[in-house]
Amino acid sequence: MVNFDPASLLNKTVTDIRPSGIRKFFDLLGTMKNVTALTVGQPDFETPWHIRDAGIRSLEEGRTYYTSNNGLIEFRREISAYQERRFGLSYDPEKEIIVTVGGSEAIDLAFRALLNPGDEVVIPEPCFVCYEPLVRLAGGVPVPLGLKAGNGFRLNESDLRAVMTSKTKILVLPFPNNPTGACLSEEDLTSVARVVRESGAAVVSDEIYAELTYERKHVSIASFPGMRERTVVIGGFSKSYATTGWRLGYTLAPAILTKEMAKIHQYAIMCAPTTSQYAAVEAARNGDADIERMKEEYFVRRNLIVSRLREAGLECLMPEGAFYVFPKLPDSGMSSDRFCERLLYERQVAIVPGSAFGSSGEGFARLSYAYGVRHIEKAVDGIKAFLEAL
Amino acid sequence: MTKEQLKEQVLRQLEADARLDPGTLAVMFGVPEDDIRAVIAECEGDGTILTYMAKVNWEKTERKMVRAIIELKTVPQRDRGFGAIAERISQYPEVKSAYLMSGGYDLALTVEGETMRDVALFVAEKLATMEGVTSTATHFVLQTYKEDEIVFEKDTTDKRGNTW
Repeated sequence: MVNFDPASLLNKTVTDIRPSGIRKFFDLLGTMKNVTALTVGQPDFETPWHIRDAGIRSLEEGRTYYTSNNGLIEFRREISAYQERRFGLSYDPEKEIIVTVGGSEAIDLAFRALLNPGDEVVIPEPCFVCYEPLVRLAGGVPVPLGLKAGNGFRLNESDLRAVMTSKTKILVLPFPNNPTGACLSEEDLTSVARVVRESGAAVVSDEIYAELTYERKHVSIASFPGMRERTVVIGGFSKSYATTGWRLGYTLAPAILTKEMAKIHQYAIMCAPTTSQYAAVEAARNGDADIERMKEEYFVRRNLIVSRLREAGLECLMPEGAFYVFPKLPDSGMSSDRFCERLLYERQVAIVPGSAFGSSGEGFARLSYAYGVRHIEKAVDGIKAFLEAL
Repeated sequence: MTKEQLKEQVLRQLEADARLDPGTLAVMFGVPEDDIRAVIAECEGDGTILTYMAKVNWEKTERKMVRAIIELKTVPQRDRGFGAIAERISQYPEVKSAYLMSGGYDLALTVEGETMRDVALFVAEKLATMEGVTSTATHFVLQTYKEDEIVFEKDTTDKRGNTW
């Protein structure tokens, strides 16, 4: 046995996936000390105690077994009631909901259940980093759709029509958006729904930030005429209840789609963590006030960070949802990668280059405001000093 | 946001961080600075905001300090109930807080002194001898874990993983 290269064992689709730009940046960040970071994409709040307590209690009571594949029926009923109460969506807990390991697994399930080799998936960018690689892994062809700052990074009908083809199988709808904070209005959604209905495509609507909107209530594309039957709604508890580490998400989809997604879930995952599900029952039942409390805090931080960034001289749209701002970087000849690297080295402030979220994010950067007010002010002071020295 | 909502929100922010200045609060709520100043002035004027102070963990310092919770049984006065005696007791700087209680005793006080002996003497000489006080019970605080929503000795480093 000579000259055996283990790399020859690997799947080409996997090896072809480029390492995420954001990961590279975080690795660099990990080597540095005393950095004021605005990089983290998860709440700074701890999971509210009553939710943690419910998880602990379930362990004490010995509830340490697998749940049913699609999740505790008790939990699915709570999800169903919660969606009805908060967003007016109606899904059958028996046949239309799967509890997943975070929103990411839910997205993966949807792609794998819907895509045939060569099917195209339209992905509005800038967006969360997982869609493109997951589409490739599912055998699909990602078709990026670069959104423009001039449109508030919102999706409009003409942009959409320009990329939809007869091969388009899925439109990903990542709103409220990470990293831009953009939300779609009812008017936007009406026109998106029209284009999708005409095309015969499906929608994977990633609504993980649905609770975190500051101007108006989130509306799901699934609530538009003719859309429920072609939409997989991705939901989760991580952002709204500050439960990222519990790893829980879910899909809402018509029974026929749910049944097929459940096949993948049951063989690959078996079931989502039992302890987390018991904790989340409590969250869904008694956690509405927690959501409001955290949202009020994000709201004031958003206003503060946008105002301070504008004072520092950066163009910055007022984000309508999630907990990120996405300012335009000055025309300094530097790529967003280089800008963020220099900011990190020279001022020990970490923000994420916009290019990590797709090529249309080039020239921008993502700042998370899931941080305390003092921390945000300190970071923006560093950015301001950096800009002045440019 | 109504004026009442703004007031409540501003109070909550100040309760968490009293150093937030009106300019910053105005930016945070997206309202004119004058509105914030008016809310604060009103709250200061009508006693809604009583004071602004730092929450100090004295155990981190060299200062000698002990604290005790004192249960008092008293005889209420005609017409004035427990108010008169509570008012008198509250005059002492050693008394940091005073509450009228339901249950087995009437007043609960927190009393501070440099040593346990100081506190014990204060109770024996000043409180126990006061007219209307029928009994006292002193419980010394051994360790403060949480006060005014602040958990003492809590690790506040950011433990979030660097994940998107």
